[in-house]
Amino acid sequence: MKTYDKLIFELSKPGRKGFELPADNYATDGLSAIPSDLLRETPAELPEVSELDVVRHFTNLSNKNFGVDTGFYPLGSCTMKYNPKINEELAALPEFTSLHPLQDEKSAQGALELYWNLQNMLANLSGLAEFTLNPYAGAHGELTGLMVMRQYHMSRCDLKRTKVIVPNSAHGTNPASAMVAGLEVVEVKSKPNGSIDVEDLKPLLDDTIAGIMMTNPNTLGMFETEILEIARLVHEAGGLLYYDGANLNPLLGKVRPGDMGFDIMHINLHKTFSTPHGGGGPGSGPVGVASHLVKYLPNPHVKKDAEGKFHVEYGDDSLGNISTFLGNFGVMMKAYAYILTLGKENIRNVGPLATLNANYIKENLKDDYLLPIEGVCKHEFVFDGLKDKSTGVTTLNVAKRLLDYGFHAPTIYFPLLFHESMMIEPTETESKETLDEFIEVMHKVAKEAKENPQAVIDAPLTTIVRKLDETGAAKNPVLNYRALKNKEA
Amino acid sequence: MANKFLPHTEDDIRVMLEKIGVNSIDDLYSDVPAEVIFKEEYDIPSAMSEIELRRHFKELGEKNTTLTVFAGGGAYDHYSPSTVAHLLSRSEFYTAYTPYQPEISQGTLQYIFEYQSMISELTGMEATNASMYDGATAAAEVMFMMVNSAKKKDRVIISSTLSERVVDVIRTYAKFHGVKTDIIPEKEGVTDLDALAKMLEEGDVAGVIVPQPNKYGIIEDFSGLADTIHSAKGFLAMYCDPSALAVLRTPQEWGADVACGDGQTLGMPLSFGGPYLGFISCSTSMLRKMPGRVVGATKDADGKRGYVLTLQAREQHIRRQKATSNICSNQSLMALYATVYLSLMGKEGMKEVNRLACDGAHYLYDRLLATGKFTKAYDKPFLKEFVVKTDLDMEKINTRLLENGIMGGIILDNNRVEFAVTEKRTKEEIDKLVDLMVEE
Repeated sequence: MKTYDKLIFELSKPGRKGFELPADNYATDGLSAIPSDLLRETPAELPEVSELDVVRHFTNLSNKNFGVDTGFYPLGSCTMKYNPKINEELAALPEFTSLHPLQDEKSAQGALELYWNLQNMLANLSGLAEFTLNPYAGAHGELTGLMVMRQYHMSRCDLKRTKVIVPNSAHGTNPASAMVAGLEVVEVKSKPNGSIDVEDLKPLLDDTIAGIMMTNPNTLGMFETEILEIARLVHEAGGLLYYDGANLNPLLGKVRPGDMGFDIMHINLHKTFSTPHGGGGPGSGPVGVASHLVKYLPNPHVKKDAEGKFHVEYGDDSLGNISTFLGNFGVMMKAYAYILTLGKENIRNVGPLATLNANYIKENLKDDYLLPIEGVCKHEFVFDGLKDKSTGVTTLNVAKRLLDYGFHAPTIYFPLLFHESMMIEPTETESKETLDEFIEVMHKVAKEAKENPQAVIDAPLTTIVRKLDETGAAKNPVLNYRALKNKEA
Repeated sequence: MANKFLPHTEDDIRVMLEKIGVNSIDDLYSDVPAEVIFKEEYDIPSAMSEIELRRHFKELGEKNTTLTVFAGGGAYDHYSPSTVAHLLSRSEFYTAYTPYQPEISQGTLQYIFEYQSMISELTGMEATNASMYDGATAAAEVMFMMVNSAKKKDRVIISSTLSERVVDVIRTYAKFHGVKTDIIPEKEGVTDLDALAKMLEEGDVAGVIVPQPNKYGIIEDFSGLADTIHSAKGFLAMYCDPSALAVLRTPQEWGADVACGDGQTLGMPLSFGGPYLGFISCSTSMLRKMPGRVVGATKDADGKRGYVLTLQAREQHIRRQKATSNICSNQSLMALYATVYLSLMGKEGMKEVNRLACDGAHYLYDRLLATGKFTKAYDKPFLKEFVVKTDLDMEKINTRLLENGIMGGIILDNNRVEFAVTEKRTKEEIDKLVDLMVEE
């Protein structure tokens, strides 16, 4: 199976088919009523294959993938927790998947109730007043949240506020979202332990500041202990605090962003609330706000009336629409099922156990890997590569060697504060046994780096493909089958 | 503490805390100011077993009604072969992360490559990205793409025949980013090309966005449009239905520089509005301005075929605030959906889907006109969606239809209503719809 390398187009044979449709018993010929110069000149060269061809092809492709169901993902800032199976089944119920987004709200009360319940649960878990579930992903949530921030200032005719403060340790998406939202980024420095330098922050806080974007714990997995002081300073200067929910998992059950003074936040349902990453999406990035910002949330919005009926509403003060309909409803169903499965009792243990797992790995590996910041971390931590810098083995080499041993690599070369960053986040769904196996392999790689560094440098050796020529791919992009066929001919 | 998602036994916790050198899990939060520790009970229900959870979803599901859908408006009730959902449920696909480690993500990378190839076949354009959130956000990104590619121009003009739902999203992005947008008026249901030409004369237009088919279901004739726009040094973007592109003249054949749209029409469940799939295709000349991920073919150290995320220098995690988009994911699983669907339907199936939908739509159109209670709103070619005029009380009629398990047309205003027909509808369903609408 591992040698299978055909593209679906290469299985194609004229005359073969993978579909059956009902006979066309309309007397009309609609296509002939369309002038021929509005029709395409040459056909789209889509594959002509049988149903079994398709099933085998994609099953073979799936065998070339690593997922949470395959093995452990110590991927920092990505919160690769287990994706419960019941959630997949519930989200596929035809009573929900068959709903047209514009059908009369009377006929979709169950879906709207679910939507409304989830909005409220997220608000309660975050300590904020209200949520919109419309944003499609974390980055989309960030953008939406920053739009709320700008809409707030604009509605107060406070038009000078066009800058947003972002720590230099922030996820790259933060400054990019700020740029898209039309905000200028001002960087605030981090102290050696990665937390925001309050003394560096103070002079930045003037009347051109719309707000600050933060994550807490920060990208080094360290709690920002001065958060209440930061919140006070930013609010006094007339700015708002934005919470990047990428690192929410360790706080679930312990600390609510709203209680720390945050006014706006997004949540990645595909991180904290167990919905699958899907190989890159679909995700969902709900945005929550404090009560004074509720009216600026995007349209449309789900509301409940006095009689307990649910409605889809449009508000005049809203920042506008950021999605075609009500967001990735199918993803929301899974997050909702996850919260209900844990319930108010077990959800309290999510953050604490994620934090326990991270500290356990850190303490076990800090003799072999360079821990730049001592002390208790939260859900994740960062090593600055191997402790022994004499071997020539880099973080990239270690990451690739892990693939040989059946583990996914950690997040590497992020944050940018260190040269050899290796960011590890285990999540709470991993058992002590899994962590012990990972720890053992990490020790083994460190030992190999000393005794046989070339084996690590040459990794991976056992994967389906080996090191790929990324430079060549970028220099002469081959982005589709036609181009590949021409190149290989 | 153990729960089916939380594997820690009391003994595990004790041993782990010992290794860390603290006495309790609470000690791991000793750096958190006491006043922000949440001590109350959450206002959410108690834990549910699967049996209870199923019951709860069943109760919610019973408050929804599955309807026979005769509406579109950006979401179409196409059929998805059983095989698609089966293959998508392989957890090697859906539990995978973004393919940052290509050696163990060739499955994801290859299907994205195949997806890009198929969308490029449909649009006729060389470069397609790995997908976007939905059609509207893809169109908003295309607006940025045109402004970033044009020299010192910050205005994008949009046809009023593009769906308001898409235009609203584009204008939200434009408002905050500081792009000027203007609307091209419509004339008899299509983009007023004379008005467009005049707007171009003002000289500050970076690009133009037009739909195909448009919000009334009309297939617009864009002959000469690309030349007009290009001679004014602007770009042409076309917002398309990718399913319809199996039969319609392609954006490339119209001379467009960029194509975008929503892939929901590729058999995706209506799902109350999402997840769907946005796509962007462009000519090679605009490739480096295209947002989002792109997969390219390459070779590994042993000369074997392989695929990688490529052209990443354009992306947000490298460029930070210099990035031209904040997109850092794609709608990967939905791209797989489209790829499996298009593989099954293939070259002939995609034509047949369009033929069936088109014949059904024309049959409904003719039957409505034959009742004498509906008249033509526009006399223009259409595929699966169309608008008719009527003096009937459509609100009342739609309520009656709903009671009969039917989602009727979308009411545009006092006397215009829009219907859509897909290959799932039967002649009998159409007859029943018409009979119910005209019954006294």
